[in-house]
Amino acid sequence: MLIELKDINKTYDNGQPLHVLKGIDLSIERGEFVSIMGASGSGKSTLLNILGILDNYDTGEYWLDGKLIKDLSEKQAADYRNRMIGFVFQSFNLISFKTAVENVELPLYYQGIPRKKRHEMAMEYLEKLGLTDWASHFPNEMSGGQMQRVAIARALITRPQLILADEPTGALDSKTSVEVMQLLKRLNQEENITIIVVTHESGVANETDKIIHIKDGIIGEIEENKAHTAWDGTMMK
Amino acid sequence: MRELFHEIASNLRNNKLRTALTGFAVSWGIFLLICLLGAGNGLMNSFMGNVSDFISQNITVEGWRTSKPYAGYQEGRVIDLDETDVTWTEGQRWSHAVGNVARQTGSTGVTFSLDGNTVAGQISGVLPEYQEQNKIKMYAGRFLNPDDLKERRKVVVLSLAQAKELSPKDPKALVGKWVGAGTVSFRVVGIYHTDESDMYRTCPVPYTTYKGIYDTSNKIGSITFTVDGPETKEEYEAFEKEYGSALRLRHDVAPDDRRGIWIGNGYTDNMEMNDAQRIIRTFLWILGLLTLVSGIVGVSNIMLIAVKERTHEFGIRKAIGASPAEILKLIIAESVTITAIFGYIGMFLGMIACQIMDKTVGQRTVDIGMDIGNIRMLVNPTVGLDVALEATILLIVAGTIAGAVPAWKAARVKPIEALRAE
Repeated sequence: MLIELKDINKTYDNGQPLHVLKGIDLSIERGEFVSIMGASGSGKSTLLNILGILDNYDTGEYWLDGKLIKDLSEKQAADYRNRMIGFVFQSFNLISFKTAVENVELPLYYQGIPRKKRHEMAMEYLEKLGLTDWASHFPNEMSGGQMQRVAIARALITRPQLILADEPTGALDSKTSVEVMQLLKRLNQEENITIIVVTHESGVANETDKIIHIKDGIIGEIEENKAHTAWDGTMMK
Repeated sequence: MRELFHEIASNLRNNKLRTALTGFAVSWGIFLLICLLGAGNGLMNSFMGNVSDFISQNITVEGWRTSKPYAGYQEGRVIDLDETDVTWTEGQRWSHAVGNVARQTGSTGVTFSLDGNTVAGQISGVLPEYQEQNKIKMYAGRFLNPDDLKERRKVVVLSLAQAKELSPKDPKALVGKWVGAGTVSFRVVGIYHTDESDMYRTCPVPYTTYKGIYDTSNKIGSITFTVDGPETKEEYEAFEKEYGSALRLRHDVAPDDRRGIWIGNGYTDNMEMNDAQRIIRTFLWILGLLTLVSGIVGVSNIMLIAVKERTHEFGIRKAIGASPAEILKLIIAESVTITAIFGYIGMFLGMIACQIMDKTVGQRTVDIGMDIGNIRMLVNPTVGLDVALEATILLIVAGTIAGAVPAWKAARVKPIEALRAE
């Protein structure tokens, strides 16, 4: 069991309290390819942020790879994020003044890996994602799909056990979206990396093996989708 | 450390505008500070140099005419000081305050003549110390020496203005020539620079010579002495009051009759000059510090904006594993690097500017309207390397502290909030 959530509650207090997560219980096995689906405001992004240790929760327990993730210091949280989790964001979140290869290297910098080694590893991952020629380009010189692949390379470089993707195709056209989803699927199958995708698009969710529906802060239906038949349309927007 | 340096180098390289703006603020602050301190130093040096030329620290005592009746005498009585007053001044009673005591005879008006040219002058018998005490600057020849006194030589020192009257073509040629002065002749041994004041119309001759020719009594014209003891103005004034009263009583003059026996001093003038210097120096420091503060404000302002602008970037860094300490380290190291490099550039340029100032304005002299010679407005308007380095280091430290506050805030922002910032 890679992830185990027990009765997770989260309330935002911006003037008036907003109970976003109302007791989430969830288990995700190692090597699963899961999507969390829900409308906006359903709490799916909050859940992902808690899973990614970017945000904390009020009550409950979150176990990640056998470790209780609770009341961590910022330093510890940063270390766990660095070693265990890779992030893929909707808006890519590449650092604009760094080249593709420098962006990919960055997580290793915070692990204290020497520059030369870092560079070699980053180039290796860029090659894996077919971006060797773009290594020294800046993000604004690349297409959305290329940027997202750089971001995926950055997420992969620390060999995390878990990749969290927040609307990874949200800013991409449908053709690129398919490519990115195929890439994630391949990583899941070939490298056995656990991947959790948050999305509101059925077409994206359909590519995953399990669909967790979340509504008003509680988990609704959990759909097994090994056959990818949860949705009958083609993946288009 | 090396990794951090590479990271910073790449950050600065890739954010040229931000780097340049911050750097400019730092350089400009240091540059202004160095220039200001340099000019201030130049002004100070010039001021002190010039002042020491004019201000003596002596007390001069002269007998004048009483202005009030005392001890049965009417007012309007002429008071003459004599040799005993000199001995009395040199005596045990005043040894705590009085340094070297010199005397000067009264003066006699004469007309000097040479080859049909004439000029008026006041001959006065003095001691060789007179030159030092009155800050006399020689234009040609020499001042009186002890041998002149011992041998009662008939020698005189003329002012440049007088020399020009007697020898219009070449005043210098006058040195060594004999000039007529009424019934006697004097050999000119030196010519001194003059200003317009009466004191410099005086034509010094040896004290002994004067006593032999014009005044064989033991009367003297004035006593001049240096003051060693009193340190503050109050102490000095107390001394002057005590000394003045005692001296006046010796001559049956009212103790507070300042016109009966006149005491003039360059000593409190000198103290006032010191005060003026202190005020100018304080003023310059305040200006300098204000300049520094404006530099620091500029740096911290830019740091604040830069950090704010980079919140999203810090969010990304945190998401992929940067701890708050790493973020803090990055910002501070960047700000130190920028302030150090550009502070050095500013310091360097400032010192060059000081050198230029020295070579241009510093060499320009101003004629102050006297024969005394021209004075330089700025003398050596430069800043020592130590002061320059101190100022630079101060700005670097202050810039770092200024940058540390927003950096600390940025480091503490939760990654999820930082990521939301655009």
